[in-house]
Formats: sequence, C-alpha cells, structure tokens
Amino acid sequence: MAIIETRDLVFEYIRRDEEGNVEGITRAVDDVSLSVKQGEFIAILGHNGSGKSTLAKHINAILYPTEGTVWVDGMDTSDDESLWEIRQRAGMVFQNPDNQIIGQVVEEDVGFGPENLGVPTKEIWERVEESLKAVGMYEFRKYSPNKLSGGQKQRVSIAGVIAMHPKCIVLDEPTAMLDPSGRREVIRAARALNDVEEITVILITHYMEEIIYADRVFVMDKGKVAMEGTPREIFSHVEKLQSLRLDVPQVTMLSHELKKSGLPLPDGILTTQELVEALGL
Amino acid sequence: MLRDITLGQYYQTESVVHRLDPRVKLVTTIAFIVSLFVVDNIAGYALAGLFLFLVIRLSKVPVKFMMRGMKSIAFLLVVAVVFNLFLTQGEVVVSFWKLRITKEGIYYAGFMAVRLVFLIMGSSVMTLTTTPNHLTDGLEKLLNPLKALKVPVHEISMMMSIALRFIPILLEETDKIMKAQIARGADFESGNLLRRVKSMVPLLVPLFISAFRRANDLATAMEARCYRGGEHRTKMKPLVYQRRDYAAYGIVCVYLALCAVIGNILF
Repeated sequence: MAIIETRDLVFEYIRRDEEGNVEGITRAVDDVSLSVKQGEFIAILGHNGSGKSTLAKHINAILYPTEGTVWVDGMDTSDDESLWEIRQRAGMVFQNPDNQIIGQVVEEDVGFGPENLGVPTKEIWERVEESLKAVGMYEFRKYSPNKLSGGQKQRVSIAGVIAMHPKCIVLDEPTAMLDPSGRREVIRAARALNDVEEITVILITHYMEEIIYADRVFVMDKGKVAMEGTPREIFSHVEKLQSLRLDVPQVTMLSHELKKSGLPLPDGILTTQELVEALGL
Repeated sequence: MLRDITLGQYYQTESVVHRLDPRVKLVTTIAFIVSLFVVDNIAGYALAGLFLFLVIRLSKVPVKFMMRGMKSIAFLLVVAVVFNLFLTQGEVVVSFWKLRITKEGIYYAGFMAVRLVFLIMGSSVMTLTTTPNHLTDGLEKLLNPLKALKVPVHEISMMMSIALRFIPILLEETDKIMKAQIARGADFESGNLLRRVKSMVPLLVPLFISAFRRANDLATAMEARCYRGGEHRTKMKPLVYQRRDYAAYGIVCVYLALCAVIGNILF
C-alpha cells in the first residue's frame, strides 16, 4: 500500500494583474505520477523553480491539484472532509525555522500540534518528551527558541511534527538556511526517524550530498520528473545532472573524470571510501 | 544585543506570588485598583499601603524594580498634584500673586499622589511576577465567558502570544536592515526630528514586507500542524486553581471588605 501516490498531477499558478485579469499561467507541476511506500526515505532534488516545493505542498494539502489526484494514506487531498487527518498523517517542516516555531518555549512549541489535535494533557507531555528525545533536543526543552542555533531550531520543528504521530514527514528544504554543521544535524535527525521510528521521509533539497542516504531519488526539472532511481543510478549520469544545473558531489565528479580518462571505475561512486576501494589503494 | 531585550519586565525569582495562577493576579490587581478609588480617608490608604507592602514583600521583588515604573508617570504625577493643589476651592492656607493653596487642595493633592503611586506599583507587582505568556493564558481563561457574545477570545490571546514571540525576531531584523542601510550610507542619527523620521522610511518598508512574509509563512506552518482555532483544542499547560489560589482570593475578599468598612464608614 502506497502512503503517498500522485496520478497525473498538474498544478498551475495563475498570475493576475492589478485588475484581476489573467496575465499568464505557470505550470509549476506538470503531469507528475509517483508512488511512495511506507517506510521509504525519498529525496526530491531539483534546481530553484523546478516545482519541487509546489509538489511537496500538495502532500500536506496546502495546495490542491489543478488536474490529477494526490492520495495520502488512501485519502484524496481534494476531499475537504479528510483535510485534517491528512495533515496529521503527513507532517511538514518548512525552510525558515523562525517562521514555523509558534511557542515561546521549546516544549510548548512541540506541544502545539498535539494541542490542535485535541490530545489529552497528560499524553501531550508524553509525546513532547518522546519527540524531543527522538531529535536529541530534550535537554533544551525549557529554552526560548530565539536562543537556539538554526540546526537546533529545525530539529525542534521536526519534533513538533513527530509529536503529531505522522506516518510521513515532508521536509521542504529544511537545510537551505543552515550552515554545514546545522545541515548535518538535521539530516542525521531525519535519517534516525526513518531508521528507528520507520516514518516515511520525503526530503526536498538541492544539496546533492544529502540524497546519498535516500532509498529513491526523484529529480525534478520544469515541473516534470526528469530522473528517478537510487542515488547510485542518479549519480551515474553526471552529464545529465549537470545539464539540469545540479552540482554533483566532488568524489562522484572526480571518479567520473577518472573514468573518462580511461581508469576502470564503476559508475555512481558516492563516497570517498568507495573511490578509495575502487582504486584498490 | 537587541536579542537580549527582556520583554515586559518579568523579574525571575521563586515566590508564592510568582506561583499564583495568573487569573488570581489579574483579578487581584483589578480589585486593588478599585479599592484605591473606593477609599477616601487616611486609614483607608494606610490599609491599601499595608496590603501593597505585604504583597511586595511576599513577591521578593526588590523595591528598586517597582520604582522604575515611577519614572514614566513622574510627569503625570506632577501635573495631577499641581492641578489639585491650586485649583481646589476651600479654606485658603497660603496665597501669593493669583494662586491660592487651600487646605482641601493639599488634602486632595496628597491623596491623588498616593493613589497614582499605589496604582502603578500595584500593577507593576503583577507584570513583574507573571511571564507575558502566563498573562495571555490567564486573560484568555478569564475572558472566556465573552465567547457567548461572539468575542474571539482565543484568537485574541493567540495573536498576543504570537506577537510576543515575534518581537525579538523583528527587533533583530530591524537591527540587520539598519546595519545594511548604514553600510550603504543611510544616516539615522543626525538632523532634526523631521529628517530623522524621514530616514526611517527605508527602514520601515523592508521591515513591513518581511513581517508580512513571515506572517504568511507562519500561517501556513500553523495550518500544516492542524491549527483550526480554539475549538477541540486541548492545553498542554492548563490553568488549574490550587489551594493557594483560593486562599489568595479569600485574602482579597477580606481586604475589599475592610476597605469598604474602614475607608468609607469610619471617618
């Protein structure tokens, strides 16, 4: 059973001038069909304006399809009656950590989701504790979010979603505003969720090194799915990735160049360790 | 750093007054202010003073902090005293040029001064011992009956707490924009008042744009976390009256009764 499925999904932004006349239509998502199984770690990769964030917002029923259908855990997102259940099952973490933290204390922010769901007080505290522990932020529960680093704030945001007990969590460029160490913290937290709690993770990003751990990768370009496969399959097409204006990790680039110059290397090398082994050093 | 600005004037310490339910503190403050206008003799003010003194001692907040609030009303205090002093009719005590000071004038001016000072100190005790967050919670619970009159009580308190959360963020942002503008030659510090106000425009425009963008993002994030107003919502930290809260209510009732008796009837 697929946790998330889209069929022939199309989304159009309508631009209007000041009088409200239609100036033009932009197809942000163009005929996308994909299916995600429970427990998978999915990465959606794409350049700015490729439609990846628009696609993500459909999974949380923030945007509705212009054409086609999106199902979350078997529920159609354009059905108003299941709206809140969809949002509970598929949580979402956004790009800017400052603009999604509501509470003035870390623990209160994590409790915000369960409060909205009408969870009894005692259970809210249990959920807050387990979620903060899952992202390693429990010792910061009494802190003001303003005193935390970007990576820590983003982990609090993730905890806030986990506390709602979702089946799937969509991370919409959670690392775009963070420094390298903050990025590592957040990706580590996302992987832990996937491994330990078996929550389906959909990571939207434009950093190539973050997709290495994904089970499957979708590369988006101009609203369409341009490539699909395991990270290794994706990285074996270095030229195609470059034509989609995506940066390939240094190691992959190096081994690609070495292979072109005649060294017998396999395609899609992802880590330094692999390259070292392949070279027989 | 702007980020470290403390909101309101909460004074962090452990005391009975700090632990009281915010609703009790709100009601007590209102009761105290009412009592100041009910009493009109020296015995009554002495009683109010004693009550205030005891509460301040219990709260363990240094009196120095109470006095800070005084600065802001010093001007108002002087005006009130002067007007009462010179404009009250009655038995003349001193007179020079066209001004007369009457016995009643001195009396009223004194009362007015004491009343204002007590009023400010009384409300300072509340804000010094309650976090803004707690105050909002207390206000929401207290105003709950107004929901029957279609007053959006939950929404108001949600707006207040979001505003409180965003003040430091927007302050930091102002600081950033200001530095960016100064780096490009903007001048916020020289010139007369009009020029200075004008120089604020390039600061306010980007700040407003960013505030709207943040508001939009936050609304989306709240909806994504299933926020749909106050209905069906449970509380992580519900306000529940403890024994000390009932005791405090009892004390306030006794105080009000005493005020009514001593302050009015016995003259």
